[in-house]
Amino acid sequence: MHELAVTRSILKIVLDHTEKNGGKRVRKIFLQIGEIRNLEEEWIQRYFDKISTGSLAENAEIKVIKVPVVFLCKICKNEFSASFREEKKILCSHCNSFEYDLLTGREFIIEKIEIE
Amino acid sequence: MCEIKIIDIKQNILSENKDQANIIRQNLALKNIFMVNVMASPGAGKTSLIIETIKRLKDKLRIAVVEGDIESVVDSEKIIAQGIPAVQIRTGGACHLDAPMVSAAMDQLNLDLYDLLFIENIGNLVCPAEFDIGSDLQVMLLSIPEGDDKILKYPLMFSVCDVLLVNKTDYLFMSDFNRELLHRRAKELNPGIKIFDISCKTGEGVNDWSNWLMKKIESKLTSL
Repeated sequence: MHELAVTRSILKIVLDHTEKNGGKRVRKIFLQIGEIRNLEEEWIQRYFDKISTGSLAENAEIKVIKVPVVFLCKICKNEFSASFREEKKILCSHCNSFEYDLLTGREFIIEKIEIE
Repeated sequence: MCEIKIIDIKQNILSENKDQANIIRQNLALKNIFMVNVMASPGAGKTSLIIETIKRLKDKLRIAVVEGDIESVVDSEKIIAQGIPAVQIRTGGACHLDAPMVSAAMDQLNLDLYDLLFIENIGNLVCPAEFDIGSDLQVMLLSIPEGDDKILKYPLMFSVCDVLLVNKTDYLFMSDFNRELLHRRAKELNPGIKIFDISCKTGEGVNDWSNWLMKKIESKLTSL
């Protein structure tokens, strides 16, 4: 449901940048979304199609680049990925430590747009 | 032939909400107020938690509550019955509170009169996690009957909160809820998370949580 609010923000930012750059039409919008986010590409596109009707971004295609979850071990500085949706314990793949930070996976970014 | 241009943006999708949240934070610092964002599923006990915490802190702090609800006003009526001012935000269908909504609710309060502001977010483990509302503390409440697997389904919520309160421990005796497993998973995803097991019904753990919160509030308000 929050996809609608998110999609409105996307449209606003995209239109701002398109107008600033003298664009006539938006062709593509590239988003970077971390895997931990709960957003579905299909729904963003559907909402976007609805709310962008009549604007410069009408019919723009949304491309979502999913950013995987990567942890950084605080002990040995190893970067490793692990699934947080399974029951398995998450440990550093190199030194088995519990001490790590989430490095990537929470991204929520409009990366670039393709305009005419 | 038309020219195609690529424009680099690299901007957070919710940057506008974030900007508004930062304005709220500045305003809270100016007015010496500590804000707590309470997030949970429907029925986890958000209103009960706020009321039980108020009972323990109301002699020391001046408290107000902002109640987020999709349609009803039952929660704010319960707060007002405690003698505490409550402002109701009816989101009219929206599944989360965002910074502009909270900002508008704060405009209805005389902020010079309060030290602590509770925001009861909409009952939902998905959407509220996405929206920064300018709070000093993000609290997630999970109740025993919901099950220990919620962290696998809603990882973002567990990763953005500072405190996890595991409520309704009085139901543990008839449940296969594995507390150790939940604590371990929460720490894996969010190493800095603080966890309290509580029961708003029996009072178990509520003093510990309230005392901890009081210390947090004191450390912010004395540093300003």
